[in-house]
Amino acid sequence: MRYLRPLLVPIAAVLAGLLLLMLGLAVLGYDAPLALGALWRGAFGSWYAFGSATLVRAVPLILIGLGLAVAFRAGGLNIGAEGQFTVGAVGATWMAMQVGGWPGPVAIVAVALTGCLAGVIWIAVPIWLRLRFGVLEVISTLLLNFVAEAVVSFMVHGPLQEASRIYPQSDPIPAAARLPVLPGSRLHLGLLVVLVLGLIFWILFTRSAWGFRLRAVGESPRASWVSGRIDAPRVLALALAISGGLAGLAGAFEVSGVTYALYANLSPGYGFTAIAVALIARLHPLGVIVAGLGFGALEAGAAGMQREAGVPAVAVYVVQAVIIVVALLSVSRARLLRADAGG
Amino acid sequence: MTPVLELAGIGKRYGSVQALDGADFVLAPGEIHALLGENGAGKSTLMQIAFGLVMPDSGTIRIRGETVRLAGPRDAKARGLGMVHQHFTSVPAMTVRENLWLAAGQVRHPVGSPPASASTSDRLDRTRARLWQGLDPAVRAEDLGVGGKQRLEILQALATDASVLLLDEPTGLLTHEESTELLQLLREFADQGGAVVLITHKLAEALAVADRVTVLRRGEVVWSGAVAEQTASTLAAAMLGSGAGLEERSEVSAQTGDIVVQVSGVAVRAGEIVGVAAVEGNGEWELLRRIAGVVPRAAADVVMPPVAFIPGDRTTEGLIPGFSLTENLVLGQLGRWTRRGWIDWRGAAERTEYLLGAHDVRAPGADVPARTLSGGNQQKLILARALDLAPRVVVAENPTRGLDFQAAAAVHARLRSAAAEGAGVLVYSTDLDEVLELASRIVVVHRGVVLPVPEATTREQLGRLMLEGAG
Repeated sequence: MRYLRPLLVPIAAVLAGLLLLMLGLAVLGYDAPLALGALWRGAFGSWYAFGSATLVRAVPLILIGLGLAVAFRAGGLNIGAEGQFTVGAVGATWMAMQVGGWPGPVAIVAVALTGCLAGVIWIAVPIWLRLRFGVLEVISTLLLNFVAEAVVSFMVHGPLQEASRIYPQSDPIPAAARLPVLPGSRLHLGLLVVLVLGLIFWILFTRSAWGFRLRAVGESPRASWVSGRIDAPRVLALALAISGGLAGLAGAFEVSGVTYALYANLSPGYGFTAIAVALIARLHPLGVIVAGLGFGALEAGAAGMQREAGVPAVAVYVVQAVIIVVALLSVSRARLLRADAGG
Repeated sequence: MTPVLELAGIGKRYGSVQALDGADFVLAPGEIHALLGENGAGKSTLMQIAFGLVMPDSGTIRIRGETVRLAGPRDAKARGLGMVHQHFTSVPAMTVRENLWLAAGQVRHPVGSPPASASTSDRLDRTRARLWQGLDPAVRAEDLGVGGKQRLEILQALATDASVLLLDEPTGLLTHEESTELLQLLREFADQGGAVVLITHKLAEALAVADRVTVLRRGEVVWSGAVAEQTASTLAAAMLGSGAGLEERSEVSAQTGDIVVQVSGVAVRAGEIVGVAAVEGNGEWELLRRIAGVVPRAAADVVMPPVAFIPGDRTTEGLIPGFSLTENLVLGQLGRWTRRGWIDWRGAAERTEYLLGAHDVRAPGADVPARTLSGGNQQKLILARALDLAPRVVVAENPTRGLDFQAAAAVHARLRSAAAEGAGVLVYSTDLDEVLELASRIVVVHRGVVLPVPEATTREQLGRLMLEGAG
């Protein structure tokens, strides 16, 4: 029972969200059972639905969510993963165009690292502003999302636009830069990377001195310094850089594993949904994997629901919103109880 | 003449600390009444009770002879009281005018601009006119200098036409000229029929401007009367108590060894306990933290590692309340439990269990969050963690603040045994008695300067040194 307890809230949240969706659909005159069935089939109904829709969408959510869990644990509120994802995709596309003749693994790694680096560079500005001037990263990272949008728009109308200059998108990236996929599906190697990263972060969080410093700084930068001589700004900077890098990597995977080309609005809001993924997982790396799969399934199911039952896919955002609200309420209630007990 | 404010038998308890214990206070019209005492003596609490900010546990409040029950500052304001707090309360982004309207509770209230004529006979308007000098109603509060901000605070207190002003350390941030001017203004306000309570720990200020003085010590009124026949020495004696002086203290038998600390005038030898005596805010905090290495040291500073630091604030600096006891042990001994970047949690947990037993820390186990422990047990844990590293230097800030007698005695015993085992111990406490009780030698910090205290110093001389320096 002790191990099941953390699951209680997420399960309740999902049930509440689905219940509200059903109510809403019924009130608006949709065929609610059909819609829910379609949601299920879109996410888990077939190997294709699960492997090529749910899992493919879960990869960026988990990857970004892991980075955000690191940042949030250290007390760094990176709200700009969407922008870091976008510039990661831009950087990866640019690199992919250079690696046409390179041997496969080298090309793939170069593309991934470039995306990662682009994400780090994108968050380097908020990190510097925070450490040098005390500008809250909540604001700076959020605002850079809009700049990132402008950057990708410029790129697909300018330097990276396809050779024919018709559509605002890049040419397809060369085969050498593409991630291997599981035969017969769209599931790419990124999933494996993501799962391994989740395990690594879990071990680092619980066992390593780095993970300990990260948590200590997130709980109390002051006590970390006075009692532990932990350099809080440095820990925070690294944590934020990791979150930016992983979001950039997610952008690279999206280009080299899913779309094979760059265009505007590449992400259906992965950078924001991943915030919910990280929070619902209570910043636990393995929890992020589970929550990422869940939200990936919702996104995949939404498409199925639209196809089969004619319910607009945005209805699923209601479910996501309810899940987030319920999860946050339970967290803040726990905080309140703790404050009472500690007061 | 009916007193304008009368507090009788006021008691107030915060947890295990008795902040006020049957305190009496009487304010007559036309007087400036200085409320003296060390930090933590209960001065601010007493006036916060008078102003309705804090509910007393016992005692009665009478305003102009009428017994009142103040549900909040609004009640106090309605009865003509105004308070100037220790910290600025103006809204930085709002203009002077807006801040005054806010204080008056009414937009377009006349207090938003200087009185029309400065030669009016009305007491309030004359005071206001003087306070307004150099203030522009359209300037934002954050753009005012310190003196201007302080005058705005007083205008805010007067915005509800107060005739009784309670000021909590109003001159703390002011220059000498500014405070002289402010005190003069208060004098006039009182002479014209107002009444002023001036909370301060500056003796000179009380002697210069007050008619009467009440001295608080550990929540009790120890002396109250006219200021005329008092001198700095008698007031200092009342403030700091007349207990054991240096010459009467029992000799701490300590075999002192090598010098382990040599930082700007403070030298500590292995095996001795050096007490730091200072009125809070004289640079003692910076000195201690420099020795502890929490703030950067100067090139010439000598401090032998390892250094243990017992910070004054347990829950924001000493511990992470949400972390388990084991995690808190690791926080203070990170290097010891880290092997190639990995933490030896099993070893740390075993050590924590051992220390809980050895230091009599009452806790259900090593894996409970630190916030579930009482203050005394938290402090014992911090000490256990610090002394476990066999430090050569121990720096302790207010090591027993907020602890009950037994826990405080245990903490003292630990500090003594640390010295006996060869550490050089430095103790600072806002409670002078604690410093005198623990230390084998005392240094005074006054305005950032470390003053040595000769062996045969009387308690009175020590108090003078703390309050007025060597000059």
